[in-house]
Amino acid sequence: MTLKEFSTDMNAKALEKIKAAFPDTTCTTVLDSVVVDVQPENLESTLSRLKNDPAFNCGLLLDVTGIDYLDYPTPQKFRFHVVYTLRNWQDNLLVQVRTAVPDPQAGIATATHLWASANWGEREVYDQYGIRFNGHPDLRRILNHWQFEGHPLRKDYPIEKGQICYETDRLENEIRARLFENGIDETTMKDINTEIMFLNIGPSHPATHGAIRILTALDGETILANVNEIGYLHRGFEKTAENRTYNQIVPLTDRLNYCSSMINNIAYAKAVEAWLGVTITERAQFMRVLLTEFYRVLDHLVCLAAALVDMGGLTNYWYLYNEKEAAYDLISRLTGARLTSSFTRIGGMYRDFYEGWEKDLELQLRGIEKGIGDALKLVETNRIVHDRTQGVCVISAETALSYGFTGPVLRASGVPYDMRKDAPYYNYEALDFEVPVGTNGDIYDRFMIRFYEMAQSIRIIRQAMQHIPQGPINVKDSQVCLPPKDQVYNNIEGLANHFKLIFEGVKVPAGEWYDAYEAANGELGFHFVSDGSGQPYKLKVRPPCFYTMGGFHKMVEGNMIADAVINLSCINIIGGELDR
Amino acid sequence: MALGLEASLGNTVLTTKLDAVINWGRQYSLWPFIFGTACCAIEFMSAAASQHDISRFGAEVVRFSPRQADLLLVCGTISYKQAPILKRIYEQMPLPKWVVAMGACASSGGIYDNYCTVQGIDTIIPVDLYISGCPPRPEAVLDALIKIQEQIRGESILIDRHNDFKGILD
Ligand code: SF4
Repeated sequence: MTLKEFSTDMNAKALEKIKAAFPDTTCTTVLDSVVVDVQPENLESTLSRLKNDPAFNCGLLLDVTGIDYLDYPTPQKFRFHVVYTLRNWQDNLLVQVRTAVPDPQAGIATATHLWASANWGEREVYDQYGIRFNGHPDLRRILNHWQFEGHPLRKDYPIEKGQICYETDRLENEIRARLFENGIDETTMKDINTEIMFLNIGPSHPATHGAIRILTALDGETILANVNEIGYLHRGFEKTAENRTYNQIVPLTDRLNYCSSMINNIAYAKAVEAWLGVTITERAQFMRVLLTEFYRVLDHLVCLAAALVDMGGLTNYWYLYNEKEAAYDLISRLTGARLTSSFTRIGGMYRDFYEGWEKDLELQLRGIEKGIGDALKLVETNRIVHDRTQGVCVISAETALSYGFTGPVLRASGVPYDMRKDAPYYNYEALDFEVPVGTNGDIYDRFMIRFYEMAQSIRIIRQAMQHIPQGPINVKDSQVCLPPKDQVYNNIEGLANHFKLIFEGVKVPAGEWYDAYEAANGELGFHFVSDGSGQPYKLKVRPPCFYTMGGFHKMVEGNMIADAVINLSCINIIGGELDR
Repeated sequence: MALGLEASLGNTVLTTKLDAVINWGRQYSLWPFIFGTACCAIEFMSAAASQHDISRFGAEVVRFSPRQADLLLVCGTISYKQAPILKRIYEQMPLPKWVVAMGACASSGGIYDNYCTVQGIDTIIPVDLYISGCPPRPEAVLDALIKIQEQIRGESILIDRHNDFKGILD
């Protein structure tokens, strides 16, 4: 049985199982996921069974999103829907639970008591769509500012209607509530004979590497409570994408995690192709694997370089960052840009590798290996590094899963979930590599895992370089890929074909689907709703670091303020992806 | 932008030479504050790293306290949520100060013409120089630095620039 057949078979089995367990729901399979449509009143019981029943064991709530069907061509009974995306990573089972929301003001039941990740996920749905979640402990805006009125992702909200924010939110009630939750009230404050100090780190602070606001309540240097505010780099990715053709969105994806722009390009193109039913050429698949791994290395390099600076080790920055800088030569020669690659197209790649790329790449890899080696020599057995990172800001596997962590940060806590192994694509199963896993879930593990992952990625790149076949890089399908230029210039069919694809975009059949990819920071997913036109009706990103940030307070509370700073850098929060 | 001493001189005294010597000092010791929010900040990192080495232009003392900086480099998209913070930081910088908008987003909103993005930081604070590009190359950052230095050379310490600026938050 091939892997593809195997997974279809698994899907069929999962479908049967879920159908049997929830007889009064409609279940279908869409790509790799089982979609369960439930009545709003059954939502909570369905979710809780999917999580707690060992037969399903969906430990990860990946994402929550709303859908507004106001302009959808096929009329729906209710305007709003909410979708929960769950995963059982051990058995590679992906489930989406959909429910209609008859009245957004009256809302639906929350899932925050089942998964902690629902907290931020639902807040985002509330912010963007105005759907309430009953029983949610802290339902307020998350991406848009507090003076914002209306809900931007509703179809009747005009995209250009900006709203000025005059003042930042105080967050006073939130931090007090968090203190209270941690059991610190007036009497403890008297007991410790000191006043609690409130300290803001950010939104503009060297440690935040971008714009995040970390509000802490301190007893001396120890963090008693922590509340975080994000959304400072909310740039309306999702609303903008609704007004672009599928290929025009590729440049927007560059700017999600801009330290590894190519991985976003690839993840996005893969998600669209999955629904189109397009299998890209062998060579393109190899190119995507190769480039993903190369960018994973670059992403980790920047993360570690910056993190070690935060710890006071500037030399590492030169060792690591200079290799990233050197890689720009190869990247700009290949893509034409240094940072924003925009290198994929639906159905393949923008262009093939240039002549002699293997030599350049090998040279890069050697340089990177040297840089990593030099940096490791400085940190690996360094007492100061150990003291500052080992046993600091620990998060257990269970808590990490509950907050929806994925990628290196989750693996550092000892959960070996990696989509490249557990839900493979592009022949990853044929490649020989290991998934490094941490044991303690402390800062040290989160650092080291990135070092080890880089070594594994380099291993993958070398294998892919050996086996990459010759051949075309784009599929031969005039509905998806642009015709060759000589046809565009020399015959009318070619010209018309080109014109239609550019103006109207690739026509994607109507439907809804979710597809994910193991990006540098974890599971990067895309949830699409298509109305059959050349532009997505809705496009939601499942950003890995959004959920990591959602659990930040769990890591830092009880630790020192200086630990919070290095913890922030070791989880690699990238504003573009966090706030979209 | 006066230093104090010469402020009391008013414009009755010829201060050409004083201008020259102070501007010379200001030009070659710009202390930038990096308001890095997005992708452009990564290119600033490159401009600061060894290969492009911003210290060749005397501007490597990157300050993260606005009170110690005189060049505000805005690298990245500014959203409405971010705008009051940017304004506050600008106000915290002592005079004289210069502002560079790095990249399409800071200059005009860039590819984000939507409900959350400020369409150019010059709607909030006065800008002296714009760098085009999405993101601009590190060389462009260095070029902007040289241009600001040239601009400083032509200024007078007796004239405050941007006194009458009014932005959307004022
Ligand atoms: S100008 Fe381009 S590169 Fe710079 S912040 Fe804006 S989107 Fe990012």
